[in-house]
Amino acid sequence: MSALPWAPMARMAGRRLLFAVPVLLAVTFGVFAVAAASPFDPVDAYAGTAARTASEQTLEELRHNLGADRPFTEQWWDWLGSAATGDLGHSTALRQPVSEVISERLGWTVLLCVTAFTLTVLLGTALGVLAARRRGGPADRFTTAACYTLEAAPTFWLGLLAIWLFALELDVLPAGGLTDTRSDAVTAGQVASHLVLPAAVLAVSQLPWFALFVRESLVEALDEDYVRGARARGLRGRTVLLRHALRSGLLPVLTLVGTRIPELITGALLVETVFSWPGIAAATVEAALAVDFPLLAALTVLATAAVLLGTLLTDLLYGLADPRVAFDG
Amino acid sequence: MARARLWTSATILLAVVLAVLVVPPLTDLDQQLVAFSDKLRPPTPSHPFGTDDAGRDVLLRCVYGLRVSLLVGVVAALVATVVGSTVGALAGALGGWPDRLLMRLVDAFASVPHLLLGIFVVAMFRPGLWPVIASVGLTHWLSTARLVRAEVLSLRERPYVEAAISGGSTRWRIAVRHLVPAVLPRAGLAAVLMVPHAIWHESALSFLGLGMPGHQASLGTMIHAGRGSLLAGDWWPTLFPGLFIIVPTLAIAGLAGVWRERISPRRRSELML
Repeated sequence: MSALPWAPMARMAGRRLLFAVPVLLAVTFGVFAVAAASPFDPVDAYAGTAARTASEQTLEELRHNLGADRPFTEQWWDWLGSAATGDLGHSTALRQPVSEVISERLGWTVLLCVTAFTLTVLLGTALGVLAARRRGGPADRFTTAACYTLEAAPTFWLGLLAIWLFALELDVLPAGGLTDTRSDAVTAGQVASHLVLPAAVLAVSQLPWFALFVRESLVEALDEDYVRGARARGLRGRTVLLRHALRSGLLPVLTLVGTRIPELITGALLVETVFSWPGIAAATVEAALAVDFPLLAALTVLATAAVLLGTLLTDLLYGLADPRVAFDG
Repeated sequence: MARARLWTSATILLAVVLAVLVVPPLTDLDQQLVAFSDKLRPPTPSHPFGTDDAGRDVLLRCVYGLRVSLLVGVVAALVATVVGSTVGALAGALGGWPDRLLMRLVDAFASVPHLLLGIFVVAMFRPGLWPVIASVGLTHWLSTARLVRAEVLSLRERPYVEAAISGGSTRWRIAVRHLVPAVLPRAGLAAVLMVPHAIWHESALSFLGLGMPGHQASLGTMIHAGRGSLLAGDWWPTLFPGLFIIVPTLAIAGLAGVWRERISPRRRSELML
C-alpha cells in the first residue's frame, strides 16, 4: 500500500465534486420550487396562531419583511447567497438558527449511525460466513429466511417492539432519550446505555442487505480456483474460509458501504423518532410536522451532500481495493 | 421448491386480497365501533388480536388498514412505473442530449434519500391520500426509468429491430410492435416488486404522523396510534399491524421471484425484495 495512486484519485475526487455542485444546486432549486407550488405559507409558519388575529396590513408587512412576496427563484438565489456565508436561516419550529440546530445535533446522529453501522458489519459478516459455510444447509436456510423477514419488517415497528421487550418487560435498558430524565449532565455512561437500543435496531434494519451480500460474495469466492487450491493443499476448512475466501469475498462488500448512506438516513429518521434520540434526523421529522421550511430545506440539502460524499467514497475505495479499476469514472 | 413457494405465496396473497375486498362490504362489522368498556383487552377468541385503546377490534382494523395500505401501494407503484417507463423509454429511444439530460435528472433525484424527499413533499402539501401517493410515486420511478432505458438501448441493436427499420416500419410501429412487448414483462415485474416498497414507504410516513389521517387509518397509522398503549405495556395494537405488513410483502416477493425465474431462467435468482 506504499504507492497509492494519489494523482488519479485526486482527479476523480475533483471531477465528482464538480458533478456534485450542479446536483446540489438542482436539489435546492427543486426544494424551493416544490415549496412555491405547495399551499405552504411562510407567513403562517412564522406567525403561528397570531396570524389568524393579525390585520391584513400586518400580515402584508410581515410577508414583505420575510421576502415571501417575491418570486421563488429570487428567494432561492438569496438563500444560496446567505448559505454560502454559513447563514441557513432561522428555524420557526425550534426557534433557533438552522446552523445552530445542525451543529448541536449532527454529532449525536453521527454517533448513532457509526455505532449501528459497525454493528451491522460485524454481525453481518458473522451471519454471512455462517450461511455460506454450508450452502443450502439449515444455518443457511434459517439465516436467509430471517434476513428476508427482517427486510420486510418496518424499522419503526422493530424499534417499538424492542422498547416493549427490553425497556418494559425485561426492564434492562432505557426506552429512549439521551440521558435519564433526572440528570442534567450528559455523561458517557448514560449516553452509552441509551445508545444500545437505537443503535441495535438501526443495525438490525441494515443487517439483511449486508449479511445476504456477504453470503453471496463468499459463495462465489468459495467456487474459485484458489480456494480449491488451498483445499487441495490440505489447509483446514476454517483457514480456507476465513483467510482465503472471506478476504477476497468481503472486499467488494466493504467498498459498497458508502452507497448505503440513503438507507442509513432513512433508518435514522425512523429510529431517532422512535427513541427520541436528539439527533438531526429527529429534528427533520419535527420540522416536517411543524412545516418548518428553512430547517427542512437545509437538512434535505445536507442529506443529499452526505449521499454524494458516500458515493465518492465508494468509488475511491473501489479503485483502491481493485487496481484493475481505473479512476476515470 | 419453487413450486411450493409459488403455491404458498399465491395462497397467502389470495387470502389477503379476498379478506381486504370481501370483509368490508359484505359484513356489517364496524371497524370504528368504539367500546370503552372493552378497551385494551388482550387477545381472546372473540377478539383474536385484542382491542385497542378505544375498544376497537384490532383484527378488523388491520383488515381495513391493509386495504388502505394496499390501495396506496398499488396506485403509487402504478404511478411510479408509468412515470419511470415513460422517462426511461424516451431517454433510450431518443438518445443524445435528451438521454443525457433525463439521466442526470434521475441521478439528481437518486441523490436525495427517498424517505426524506417523501417527508418533504408531504410536509409541504399537508398529509393525506394524494400527497402520500405522489410522494411515493415521485421517489420510486428512478429504478424503473434506468431499467427501461437499458432495455430499450439493448433492443435498438437487436437484428429484428434493425430488420424492421430497414423494412421501412415507422417509428410508431416499431415502438408498438417490438419495443413495448419486449419491455412490458420487466416493467411489470418492477411494478409488482414496487408494491411492498410503496407500502413500506407509506407506513413509515404514516407512522411519523405525515401520512394517512386517522379516519383513513393505514397499518402505519395504526402503529402510530398504538405507540401510547405499547409504552403502557399493551403490545397487541402494535404487533399485529406490523405482521400485516410483513406477510403480504413476503408473499409478493415470493411470487416475483418465481416470475423472475420464468422471464430470465438463466439467472437462477432467489427471492428478492
